[in-house]
Amino acid sequence: MTNENQSLVQKSVPLYPAKTKMQVTIIFFVVLGIYAFSMFWTQKEMVNGFGGALGNMYVVIEKFFPPNLSILPAIWNAMMQTIQMAIIATTVAAILTVPLAVLSAQNITTFKPLYVLTRTFLNLLRTIPDLVLAVIFVGLFGVGVFPGILALTIFSLGILAKLISETIESVDMNPLEAMRASGGNVFQVIWYALVPQVLPQFTSLVLYVFEINIRASVVLGLVGAGGIGLVLNQQLKFYNYPNAMTVILVIFAVVLIIEYISNKIREALI
Amino acid sequence: MIEFKDVGLVYPNGTEGLKNINVKINEGEFVVIVGLSGAGKSTFIRSINRLVTPTSGSLLVDGEDILNYHSGNLRKLRTKVGMIFQNYNLVKRSNVFKNVLAGRLGHTGTLRSILNLYSKEDKSLAYESLNRVNIAEKLYNRADELSGGQQQRVSIARVLTQKPKYILADEPVASLDPPTSHQVMTYLKKINKEDKITTIVNLHFIDMAMEYADRIIGMRAGEVVFDGPASEVTEKTFEEIYGRSIREDDLRGGADES
Ligand SMILES: Nc1ncnc2c1ncn2[C@@H]1O[C@H](COP(=O)(O)OP(=O)(O)OP(=O)(O)O)[C@@H](O)[C@H]1O
Ligand SMILES: [Mg+2]
Repeated sequence: MTNENQSLVQKSVPLYPAKTKMQVTIIFFVVLGIYAFSMFWTQKEMVNGFGGALGNMYVVIEKFFPPNLSILPAIWNAMMQTIQMAIIATTVAAILTVPLAVLSAQNITTFKPLYVLTRTFLNLLRTIPDLVLAVIFVGLFGVGVFPGILALTIFSLGILAKLISETIESVDMNPLEAMRASGGNVFQVIWYALVPQVLPQFTSLVLYVFEINIRASVVLGLVGAGGIGLVLNQQLKFYNYPNAMTVILVIFAVVLIIEYISNKIREALI
Repeated sequence: MIEFKDVGLVYPNGTEGLKNINVKINEGEFVVIVGLSGAGKSTFIRSINRLVTPTSGSLLVDGEDILNYHSGNLRKLRTKVGMIFQNYNLVKRSNVFKNVLAGRLGHTGTLRSILNLYSKEDKSLAYESLNRVNIAEKLYNRADELSGGQQQRVSIARVLTQKPKYILADEPVASLDPPTSHQVMTYLKKINKEDKITTIVNLHFIDMAMEYADRIIGMRAGEVVFDGPASEVTEKTFEEIYGRSIREDDLRGGADES
């Protein structure tokens, strides 16, 4: 035994066991292979694609410019509608997320079946793309803002609950134990020891999801879920490109401004 | 009074944390538990407020067996047993006052505590507790702005605010330097004498155990291997408890510096 140890030391012991090394090497080459293969195939088409695109570029630019700025007042309402959709959806999701995130955090929900159930539910929720949700709800409730809000709420609930439950799982458990030891019940322990620890992250994530929702609600509008996306869709359908260009510019400006503001708030929080 | 009767504890992975413990702790005593790492000191102390649950025997607190307690009376038990931890276990992002008021949780209804509706008496009790450990001037500081010794004093204030009958302290000075360690132990001892709160402290420094304890309980491998008044304890006793000779790092030292 001692002999073996000595010879190991002399051979300079590797940091990882040989088996791990082997596995990592194999995985590395497999991934590399997949990259090379997919690059080969996409390039075949991309070469033609790029050539065509450059030619089209000029035509497109000519059609879209100059933007028709006179419709600005008319589309302002639709833009506000989009922002409102995002605000309502984010708020509702932020509220619903709290119980779901707590129930799907392994360190708080020690009753395993409950935890597994919530986890599975959230995973299922996240597998549905936002566009599919919008198409379904527009089918159910007709064209308008309401199906858009529903789709956004469910979409952001999936992301938020997942991210926040992970934040909860990484908190310092010591204060929670202290609260339990001083006779606090579940709600008191959560409110006094857990909430202060996750609140900054929570706010930051909610703002982040709000940004995503602004952009997503534009896309959802394209399939009839209200807001500025709906207007954009109509203008494109009537080949009214200068109008469409104004809509695009407004969206661009609003997204930038909102991202800027929420970035500033998030920086201040952390 | 706390009474262990043939108490045993087997962890789910099969480790025997406690073996056949028979100990009676009287009102007002200041008991120090000593033993090597893994001897079962934490397991012993955490059984008393049921942070862990012994698997055999019975454990009486004020004459009632706490081993079959469930949520309701478990809360009541924990309200009268305060606990101090090695890592202070404060909510770092909350201020000192809020941390100390948390000592009232067991006495306060859920809604009242969530809305911060503490009675005037509770608030003045919290303030007074901070005063007793000389840290009232940090009232509105965030807990993570304090030094280790200050944080431990805040956690003592939290326990005082709880108005417990018993105080458990699991290695309260293990993360502190020698002078601060003595300061914290002095506060614990003072509270024990003035308020007649029965106090049980885990320590692994033998000089501190001898200096502050009324009574010393020695543990090894989940068993009580010594139990007697601190005045009867010598270095020889510790060598028997530890099963080896005493070393430099078994001593905290620095008693005269503080
Ligand atoms: N949650 C747990 N699950 C399984 N085994 C545990 C658990 N907690 C403690 N043990 C084991 O029980 C034994 C006693 O542990 P305990 O923490 O009570 O010792 P201790 O005397 O407090 O040691 P230390 O001085 O290191 O804190 C050890 O062998 C430990 O590994
Ligand atoms: Mg311990």
